[in-house]
Amino acid sequence: MDLSYGEAAEAFRAEVRGFLSAHWPPAPDMRGADLKQFVREFRARATDAGFLYRAIPKIYGGSEQPVDVIKAQVIREEFARARAPMEVGGNGMNMTVPTLLEKGTEEQKELFIRKTVSGEYIWGQGYSEPGSGSDLASVRTKGELSADGTKWIINGQKIWTSQGMQSTHMFMLVRTEPDAPKHDGITYLLIDLDQPGITRRPIRQMTGEEGDHTFCEFFFDNAETPVSWQVGERGQGWYVSRTTLKHERASIGSADGLGRQFSKLVELAQEVGRIDDPIVRDKLAQIEGFVLSHRYTSFRLFSCAAAGEDPGPVSLMMKLLLTETGHEMALLAQELIGEHGFVEPAGAGGRGNRGPRGPEKWMDQIMGSLGNSIAGGASNIQRNIIGERGLGLPRDLAMSGER
Amino acid sequence: MHFHLTEEQTAIQDAVRGTLADSWPMERIHAFADGDADFDGDSWQAMMALGLGGILLPDSGMGLLDAALVCEVAGEAAAAGPLIGQLLAVAAIARSENEAAKAHLEGLSSGTTVATLAFTAGDPAEAELMVPCARSAQLFLIGSRTGGIALVEAGDAVTIAPVASTDRSRPVSKVTFAGATMLQLFAPEDPMTAKLYAAALVLAAADALGGAQKVTDMSVAYAKEREQFGQPIGRFQGLKHQLAHMALDVEPARALLWYAAYAWDADLPDAARAAAMAKAHLSDVYVRATRAAVAAHGGIGYTWEYGLNYWFRRAVFDRAWLGSPSMQRARAAKLAGW
Repeated sequence: MDLSYGEAAEAFRAEVRGFLSAHWPPAPDMRGADLKQFVREFRARATDAGFLYRAIPKIYGGSEQPVDVIKAQVIREEFARARAPMEVGGNGMNMTVPTLLEKGTEEQKELFIRKTVSGEYIWGQGYSEPGSGSDLASVRTKGELSADGTKWIINGQKIWTSQGMQSTHMFMLVRTEPDAPKHDGITYLLIDLDQPGITRRPIRQMTGEEGDHTFCEFFFDNAETPVSWQVGERGQGWYVSRTTLKHERASIGSADGLGRQFSKLVELAQEVGRIDDPIVRDKLAQIEGFVLSHRYTSFRLFSCAAAGEDPGPVSLMMKLLLTETGHEMALLAQELIGEHGFVEPAGAGGRGNRGPRGPEKWMDQIMGSLGNSIAGGASNIQRNIIGERGLGLPRDLAMSGER
Repeated sequence: MHFHLTEEQTAIQDAVRGTLADSWPMERIHAFADGDADFDGDSWQAMMALGLGGILLPDSGMGLLDAALVCEVAGEAAAAGPLIGQLLAVAAIARSENEAAKAHLEGLSSGTTVATLAFTAGDPAEAELMVPCARSAQLFLIGSRTGGIALVEAGDAVTIAPVASTDRSRPVSKVTFAGATMLQLFAPEDPMTAKLYAAALVLAAADALGGAQKVTDMSVAYAKEREQFGQPIGRFQGLKHQLAHMALDVEPARALLWYAAYAWDADLPDAARAAAMAKAHLSDVYVRATRAAVAAHGGIGYTWEYGLNYWFRRAVFDRAWLGSPSMQRARAAKLAGW
C-alpha cells in the first residue's frame, strides 16, 4: 500500500498550484457582476489549461482530457485548497451532459452541452411522480405524438425536482407506449420549462424550507417538446435513464464531507463542554470507526479505479454507509446540543434571516440526515441492491420482472 | 497511489486458505473442540511449511499488512495455534538486541518452535495471565505495561493451569511467571514496546475480520439454499436486509484494517491510533456478525454440529483480548488529542 500519488502527480500538482496562484482569487473588494465575470473567465482559463470539464469534448466547451483519476483528484484537492470554483454543479453536469455524450444526437449535443457547461441552462430531473417513487418504471406522465408527428404532447405530474424553481430545462421519463411492458413503454425527453403548459410549485419540506433551494413539483398540461429532443429510441427511455442514475450515484457520498462533519461534531462536544464525558468520547470514537471505514474504502475505490480493477460489492455500500453514519451523528448531535435544540437555527424553516448560529445549527444536519435515507435511492432499495447485486441473493418475487 | 491488495497478496491468502481447507476442515475442528489438546500439530506445520513464520522478519520484504492478511485467513478458518503470538515473537526478537533470545529465531521462523502471546495490563511477575495455547508453547512473548516486552522459556518456573476454554479452537490456560527468567527485549518506555502492542491489535483485528467475513458468507450461502414457503429464504426482504447489513458492517471495515497495517509498516504518526480504532471497530463487528449469523440461520445455527459456535466463541475472545473495544476507543480518543 502506498498513499502517495507519485512523482508525476506531484509535478502536476505544482502545475495546478502555479495556475491557481496566477489566476485566483479575485481582488477582495470585487462584487456583483464583476465577480461573476471574473469567475466565468477563471473557469474558461482553467478549462483551457485542461483542469475543468475534462470529460467533455473541446467542440462542446470542454477540455477533452484523457481519463486520469489521479490528476482529477489532484485538481479537486488543489482547487479546494485555494477555494477556487470548479465546474458548475447540479443535475446538468452530473446527469444531462453524460447522458447526451453517450446517447444524444449531434443536434442535441450542439444545442445543450455548451450552454449547460456555461451554467446558462439549469436542468431539473423529471423522474419521480406522486405514484412512482422506488418503483420508478411505473411512471404515468403521458407523452403523445402531435397530429403532424413533430411534437410530443405531455400531460401529468413530476415531483421532487431539485433546483426546480431555477431550472430552465428538464430531462424526464414519460410513458409513450401504454400497451408495452412497463420498462419498454417509456421515452426519455428533454423539455424547455418556459411554456404555458407547465406550472411549477415549491414543496415545503419538513425543515420548513420551501422555494428557491429546495424541491418542486411540476404539472404538465398539454406541454410540448420537439420530437428531435427525444434522447434514444422511443420506448427505450428507461435504459437511457440508467446511464444517468449511475452518474448520480458516483457523485453522491464524498468521503471528505463525512470526515469534515465528524470533525465538527468533535468541536461541538468541545463547545458544549461534554468532550471529557467518557460516554461521549466512546460514542464519538464508535462513529469515527465508520467514518474512517468510509474514508479508507474511498481510497480503496479510488485505487481500484486508477488501476482499472473492479472493487467488487463494496462500491454498492457507500451510499448506505454514508446515510447510516449520518444518522448516528445526528443522534449524538441531538444529545450534545440539548436544550439549544429548543430554538431553530437562525434562518431555518424559512423564518427570518440567516444570522449568527450556535449549537442549534446542528438541527439542519439532524433533519437533513433523514433526507439522505430517501434521496438518490432509498435506503431499503440500497439494501436490496447490496443483497441482490452484491451478495447474489434471489430477487423479491414482486420485483422479479424488474431490471 | 495503491490502496488495494496486490496479486501476490491475494495469492498468499489463497495459498493459506487452501492449506487450511485441507488440514483444518470442520470435522477436525469438531474433533479438536471435544478433545483435550490446546494445539494441532498437523495444521500448524502445514501453515508453517508455507513460510508464514518469518513474515515479520525485518528483511522478509513483507510487513504487518501481509501478516494481517494471513491472520485474516486464519480467523476465517478458525485455525488452531497461537499464530499471532508466533508472528509477533519473531517481529520482537528480530528487532531486539537480546542475543539469547535471537537463538530462537530460526526455530520460530520455521515453526518448529511455538511461541504464544501472554498479555497483561498488570505486573507479569505477579499476575495470573490468560494465555492461548499455553500448554504447547515453548516460548512466551510477554507484553505488559510494567515490564515492556520480554521472552520466557517454558519450564519449571512457569505454571500452567488449563481452564474449560470458551474459545474451543484456541484454548486458553491460566499462566503464572513468578520467578521465571525473563529475557528483556524492550523496556516499557521503549517506543518498540508500544509499536509491538499496536501490531498485536492489528493482527487481532485481522482475525476478527476473517471470522466476521466467514460467518457472513455462511449466512448468505445458507439463505440461497434453505427454502421456506416454497422460496429460498434469501428472497425475503426481511432476511435480505439483515444480510445486507452484515456485509455493510464487514466489507468497508476491511479498509480500516488495511490502513492500520499500512500505517504501522510506513511508521505514520497515526499508526498507534489506527491500530486501536481497528481493534475496537473490528472486534465489535465480529460480535455483531456472529450474533446476526446465528439469527440468520435459525435453528440450525444454534446447533453444535453446524459449527457457527466456533466463530461466535472466537469473537468472545477477540473482543476482550488485548483490551476491549471501549478501552481501545478511550485510547483512540486520547491519541486524537480530544
